[in-house]
Amino acid sequence: MNIQLNGENTPVDDGATLTDVINNLPLQGSRYAVEVNEELVPRSEHDRYHLKEGDSVEIVQAIGGG
Amino acid sequence: MSENNDTFSVAGREFSSRLLVGTGKYKDMDETRAAIDASGAQIVTIAVRRTNMGQNSDEPNILDVLPPDRYTILPNTAGCYDQKTAVRTCKLARELLDGHNLVKLEVLGDEKTLFPDVMATLKAAEELIKDGFDVMVYTNDDPIIARELEDMGCAAVMPLAAPIGSGLGVRNPLNIRTIVENAKVPILVDAGVGTASDAAVAMELGCDGVLMNTAIAAAQKPVLMASAMKKAIQAGREAYLAGRMQAKRFASASSPLEGLFF
Repeated sequence: MNIQLNGENTPVDDGATLTDVINNLPLQGSRYAVEVNEELVPRSEHDRYHLKEGDSVEIVQAIGGG
Repeated sequence: MSENNDTFSVAGREFSSRLLVGTGKYKDMDETRAAIDASGAQIVTIAVRRTNMGQNSDEPNILDVLPPDRYTILPNTAGCYDQKTAVRTCKLARELLDGHNLVKLEVLGDEKTLFPDVMATLKAAEELIKDGFDVMVYTNDDPIIARELEDMGCAAVMPLAAPIGSGLGVRNPLNIRTIVENAKVPILVDAGVGTASDAAVAMELGCDGVLMNTAIAAAQKPVLMASAMKKAIQAGREAYLAGRMQAKRFASASSPLEGLFF
């Protein structure tokens, strides 16, 4: 199936969890936060959050800003 | 009040530095670190953006350069033009900072001026406060709106001196003074400072602090300007506490007239 990952159409395994998606990204050791369909998904729920076709996932981090 | 323990507190957190700095627009992380070090700031703002998926993954993250155990991180909602995106941004920031609930709310109304959308700001502030956030809120220099934001429960009210990034200095000192006089929460000038004297003016008006970014980052020598700002904030604060002399139209000799021998 396909999801929107930070605005990019991205194929993932059917029934993939947020953790599955995150583990494929070079995010180890960095601070990030995750939204699905404009709703925050707390870290404690990533393991059991199963994505659906067309879900829009945003993964954000802190950057310099004023 | 002694000048030595002249701290200010916001949402139960106490700070000795009254200069708050942004971390945007620097050449690189080394310059960011050096400028923030020279500024003496304890509160630093950050923005929340999409992660960089793999490109430049060697580049240090801002939170490695400015670790949350040494600095109070103040996530902002820069770039938000409506209540919903501002609230989403704050929730994401709280998650990525392990529950840290202090945020800088700004809801912009116009790309040309970056003036706040006050109606949306009020609604977003209300929603965030209900959700347990401590909200430091960017607004315009309107005393009535400042009072409304305070009454609603904002932790600090931060009127602009002039448009964000403009460097025009305090354009409406009388309004800033009125906001300060009315307030029981900290009032910080946020945005529009251009050089050290602007920061001193804000502090002489009685502001509790000043938040700036471009004035330091866009200086020819940012680290030197950061040091100048630190001193200007301290000088302006001391001048405010000292209570300035009344300005007079005509001269008043400083040397005694008695004992003149001619």
